[in-house]
Amino acid sequence: MTITDLPATDVSLRSLEAESIEIIREVIAEFDRPALLFSGGKDSAVLLHLARKAIWPAPLPIALLHVDTGHNLPEVIDFRDRVVAEGNHRLVVASVEDWLADGRLTERPDGTRNPLQTVPLLDTIASEKFDALLGGARRDEDRARAKERIFSVRDAFGGWDPRKQRPELWRIYNGRHAPGEHTRVFPISNWTELDVWRYIQAEDVALPSIYYAHQRDVFHRDGMWLTPGPWGGPRDGESLETLSVRYRTVGDGSCTGAVLSTATTVSGVIEEISVSTLTERGATRADDRLSEAAMEDRKREGYF
Amino acid sequence: MTTDTRTSERDQLRLVITGSVDDGKSTLVGRLLHDTKSILADQFEATLHASQGRGATEFDFALLTDGLRAEREQGITIDVAYRYFATPRRNFVLADTPGHVQYTRNTVTGASTAEAAVVLVDVRRGVSPQTRRHAAVLALLRVPQVVFAINKMDAVDWSEERFAAVADDVRQVAERVGLTATHIIPVSALTGDNVAAPGPDWYAGSPLLDVLETLPAHQASDGEPFRFPVQLVIRPRTTDYPDYRGLAGRVASGTVHVGETVTAYPSGRSSTVVAIDGATGEQSLATVGDSVTVRMADELDVGRGEVLVTGSPIRTTQHLDSVLTWLDERPTSPRQRVLVKVGTRTTRGLLAPPHAVWHVDELEWQDSSAPLQLNDIGRVQVQLAEPVAVDEYATHRGTGAFLVIDPDTGSTLAAGLTGSELGALAG
Repeated sequence: MTITDLPATDVSLRSLEAESIEIIREVIAEFDRPALLFSGGKDSAVLLHLARKAIWPAPLPIALLHVDTGHNLPEVIDFRDRVVAEGNHRLVVASVEDWLADGRLTERPDGTRNPLQTVPLLDTIASEKFDALLGGARRDEDRARAKERIFSVRDAFGGWDPRKQRPELWRIYNGRHAPGEHTRVFPISNWTELDVWRYIQAEDVALPSIYYAHQRDVFHRDGMWLTPGPWGGPRDGESLETLSVRYRTVGDGSCTGAVLSTATTVSGVIEEISVSTLTERGATRADDRLSEAAMEDRKREGYF
Repeated sequence: MTTDTRTSERDQLRLVITGSVDDGKSTLVGRLLHDTKSILADQFEATLHASQGRGATEFDFALLTDGLRAEREQGITIDVAYRYFATPRRNFVLADTPGHVQYTRNTVTGASTAEAAVVLVDVRRGVSPQTRRHAAVLALLRVPQVVFAINKMDAVDWSEERFAAVADDVRQVAERVGLTATHIIPVSALTGDNVAAPGPDWYAGSPLLDVLETLPAHQASDGEPFRFPVQLVIRPRTTDYPDYRGLAGRVASGTVHVGETVTAYPSGRSSTVVAIDGATGEQSLATVGDSVTVRMADELDVGRGEVLVTGSPIRTTQHLDSVLTWLDERPTSPRQRVLVKVGTRTTRGLLAPPHAVWHVDELEWQDSSAPLQLNDIGRVQVQLAEPVAVDEYATHRGTGAFLVIDPDTGSTLAAGLTGSELGALAG
């Protein structure tokens, strides 16, 4: 790992980094079989970067877990495989397509697979006996997530009950759980989208190329720019256009949209989000528009 | 995020905000997010849509902050929510604690990590029992700075006399519970006056947001002794690092330099620091808040659960005189068996019956051996199976706190503060 310097005066970013490293070290120290949810997205890339720092110079004693919808852009899978090979990590893939193939899951009428990730995730947690899952979720992403703990205990169904959350006091984290339960841990809870990008800039964290502006054939649906793929293409009345776009989040290609952008560098992206009038989920995630409590409902069922 | 978000001379302040919906808390939180341009268009529209769906004609700030289905349906706030806003000078992490039910539990949670607090007071109602409770809990948890925001000034036509009367009462409460570093600021969260915008001519101080921007953040104070709870021992045993051995953790207080002698407690083993590996490479010193790995001259048999200190020894004990805030719905039972997590050490413990309970309304301790109920604050002696290294909470916020945990379910039962002399809340 290369060690780069943050600007000495950037206290806010260094505080966030120190907090995240402390949390990851608690997980390494207190759990037997932790895993890190790695989607290839920017938040999980930052999380992995922090996890390597937390245990440096030792190798990361944590497996990477990817719940693969089968609806990923090829650039993201390439990036994932490159990171795994370079870091010599153990990668566990829970592929939604395997669950669809043998009938444990059925495709939804709308073709969206984000909600289908929960069952493969929980099955894999059980079969791999993972007792803690590190995730890159942030509290600024959604109103329900704003109430999530850093250490969040889930029952055997992966369910999240906001009324039964443990109070989280000082910096003393309680990850104890009963057999059959597991703990989700969110070390970058207190980071905002802008913090993540400032950190990517300061630490030169590698990301999939789709995060930077590129020419892409896209079509317009529900106010979003979507890419054709195995999940479908333009319908009648929708047409393909070649535009300069980038992605703000990585997700199921059927419901994760690109945004029009000319930002080809990290500083360009930072400039863009600094003046953006939309949140990253609002701009790019159809699934969060389903209802007022879309995220809460999915979290209750065991989603990330 | 206002103007230049790329400025690097920015720090972070952790803030807790307490008060009830009636005091205008949701409106103030919404106002702070709005005036720092932290509410983006899609959030605004979704909230406006939800407001109209509930028959409201105007934008309902509470719907912006109440995230859970039950909260919106019942018009209550259930849980602590964390929010983020930034100004060019500072990143704010805001713990937004509900004032209705389970107030103490939520206030304690929010206050435990806060470097500053905002307590809302409705100028028309003045100091309420809740204001006194919040002030007492903030004093107990030793939140370093407390700002009382006297809200709804627009409803009293910005009357200087009305403000002065409430401010006098607030000062008395603050003094009674032992809050020292305080500000008292008139605001209207509804109109935004004296929040980010300027206040009335008669008010000589700065608007609330200016005050929050300039409060001292958690800084290394020179006098504090060095405290470093060891989280884990890093021993790669790889070909690149065959002999590397470092103690990883986060500095809880004070500073340590390369070359200093440190002692680990409870074991009492000493050695010299030869190197400090930080997140940005080797560093010559580590200070409060830094996550680092400390390498020693000698291979000490020291691991997770010990605390590295410099100078005078830290107390090692199996007996904690403590103040517990009870957080569980089941009350304490006589000689209750628990787990106690102090810093990075978890050990078995036994709770004696309480011997006093804090009466938040009278602001005084009363002798009582009745079981502690949810939200009670009581004096309890805790016997531990193993010695722990611990400070008094009154002087060391970082190493004087502990969790009481249910050994069967793993639930957090209580927030513990070590010591019996806790500021003005001392008997």
